[in-house]
Amino acid sequence: MIFSKIRKVLGDIYLVFVLIFLYAPIATLVILSFNTSKSRNRWGGFTFDWYGELFKSSTIMSAFRNTLIIAFLSALIATIIGTIAAIGINNMRKLPKTAVMAVNNIPMLNADIVTGISLMLGFIAFGISLGFKTILISHITFNIPYVLLSVMPKLKQTERVTYEAALDLGATPLVAFFKVVFPDIFPGIISGFLLAFTMSLDDFIITYFTKGAGINTISTLVYSEVRRGIKPSLYALSTIIFGTVLILLIVSNIAQNKIKKNK
Amino acid sequence: MSTSLIDLEHISKSFDGEIVLDDLNLSIKENSFVTLLGPSGCGKTTTLRIIGGFVQADSGRVIFDGKDISNIPPNKRNLNTVFQKYALFPHMSIAENIAFGLKIKNKPKAYIDDKIKYALKLVNLKGFENRNINLLSGGQQQRIAIARAIVNEPKVLLLDEPLGALDLKLRQDMQYELIRLKNELGITFIYVTHDQEEALTMSDTIVVMNQGYIQQMGSPEQIYNEPENAFVADFIGESNIIAATMVQDRLVEIFGAKFACVDEGFGNNKPVDVVIRPEDIDLVEPDKGTLVGRVTHLIFKGVHYEMEVTTPNGYEWLVHSTDMFHVGKEVGISVDPFDIQIMNKPESEDEEAVGVNE
Repeated sequence: MIFSKIRKVLGDIYLVFVLIFLYAPIATLVILSFNTSKSRNRWGGFTFDWYGELFKSSTIMSAFRNTLIIAFLSALIATIIGTIAAIGINNMRKLPKTAVMAVNNIPMLNADIVTGISLMLGFIAFGISLGFKTILISHITFNIPYVLLSVMPKLKQTERVTYEAALDLGATPLVAFFKVVFPDIFPGIISGFLLAFTMSLDDFIITYFTKGAGINTISTLVYSEVRRGIKPSLYALSTIIFGTVLILLIVSNIAQNKIKKNK
Repeated sequence: MSTSLIDLEHISKSFDGEIVLDDLNLSIKENSFVTLLGPSGCGKTTTLRIIGGFVQADSGRVIFDGKDISNIPPNKRNLNTVFQKYALFPHMSIAENIAFGLKIKNKPKAYIDDKIKYALKLVNLKGFENRNINLLSGGQQQRIAIARAIVNEPKVLLLDEPLGALDLKLRQDMQYELIRLKNELGITFIYVTHDQEEALTMSDTIVVMNQGYIQQMGSPEQIYNEPENAFVADFIGESNIIAATMVQDRLVEIFGAKFACVDEGFGNNKPVDVVIRPEDIDLVEPDKGTLVGRVTHLIFKGVHYEMEVTTPNGYEWLVHSTDMFHVGKEVGISVDPFDIQIMNKPESEDEEAVGVNE
């Protein structure tokens, strides 16, 4: 009795330690973003000033806008391309299917720095000036494999025979796809989109190499600011990013649970 | 031929170089219940899928109602399919499933609602409109699949082993249900199965297939009583298939004993195969039988006794009889002339598979 109680308490303590180690740095960041003092080791009182400054700074706001637009557009385009590709690949014979999926996995395993440099070299070699569009193209490129990876399992679960049944009942292939296959793979498409969105939000290295001069996303901006000495408004910015990702994660988890319950 | 609704002409199909159907010809009459019967891999499902439009034949034509539909996609064909795995749409209610085909055709809502009610009544699932598909039993799901197909008023209903996933009792109930549906709807059913009992119970016409060829086509009685070759005889029910010699018309020699039969035209002293159903063998006193053997095996099967009678040459005859003979007893074997079915011996393996065109 006592031993099992002790074991349980020890287990709880261990879990608390794990959580502290994981989240203490982030908690520090969040706390410092509300700190009046610029010092990193003295609490000078609570303030929203840094958040205010953040929204007043045009460089930060434009970087923020760029990040969101690129994340949204690249995720959307990658989701469309990736879903169409997944349908095509799913209908391939076994051998080419395995081959294509293996090729699909390479960009994900490849070091970001290699992807970044090779994309940059590619753009320069073809005379494409670096800027917003090259960041967007790069993000679409590295997002497609993630979409494929989350749509493929859903497609595999979807029985081909339900698609055939829709054709049999008079639906054209397009109608059959949207009425029967699409609802089935929709959760996979959504999670693919969210994954792509966060991947794009998260990216620094590839963006850094393909962005060119005069344009920044949040991550590249933070990087250049750090070299000049960090400003507390960047803590505020990081807090907002962390909060956004956290909310996205919770939303997607709730959505998936709901879908599971409906089944 | 004038009343045929579907004609398959010289259909050939191979997958990855493997021939599945080879020059298949089949004509299906309007209002009939035709069953394609055969072991797995015999080409029966491929034949059905070619009729349904899901598979394109490599060569040959599909004629439906006088028109060549070989190149028409499945959504433009006036026939509907009931799939083996039901293939219901999981994210739709039962009513939405049934209404699917009608909504595509833009039928008015009142018409669709009437049709749903009618179809559910027809498959004995009145009032199931708003239930969840996933909470239905296998038998109920299959009924919904049938309802979903028949509301479109197809001329032909294709059924691809629809009872394959159901348990025995439910399967038997559904067999009667399908016969009733067929009679009430007055449309053509093309049914695919590997279950010979299902085929015999429901069909007007059975098409026995093996290795991409039609082996025999005929009524259930013809298929059972007059199999044209050893494959059909063996596949449909249990039987004794024995190599024998046709001495002359209406006389066949089996293991040195002469049996009277009713078949003619095989020629004199010609080697043939003989099929005798186990229930057609009469066991009699040894001196009254055409052949004499000894009972070597006895099992009580409920309706009848199953016995093995071994003749001196070592052949074990399978016998079904309501009379019991103990193991070791010497018995005579007697067969009525019309119970002996004579078949030509296949001259090559290819011929064994080649169908007999009617």
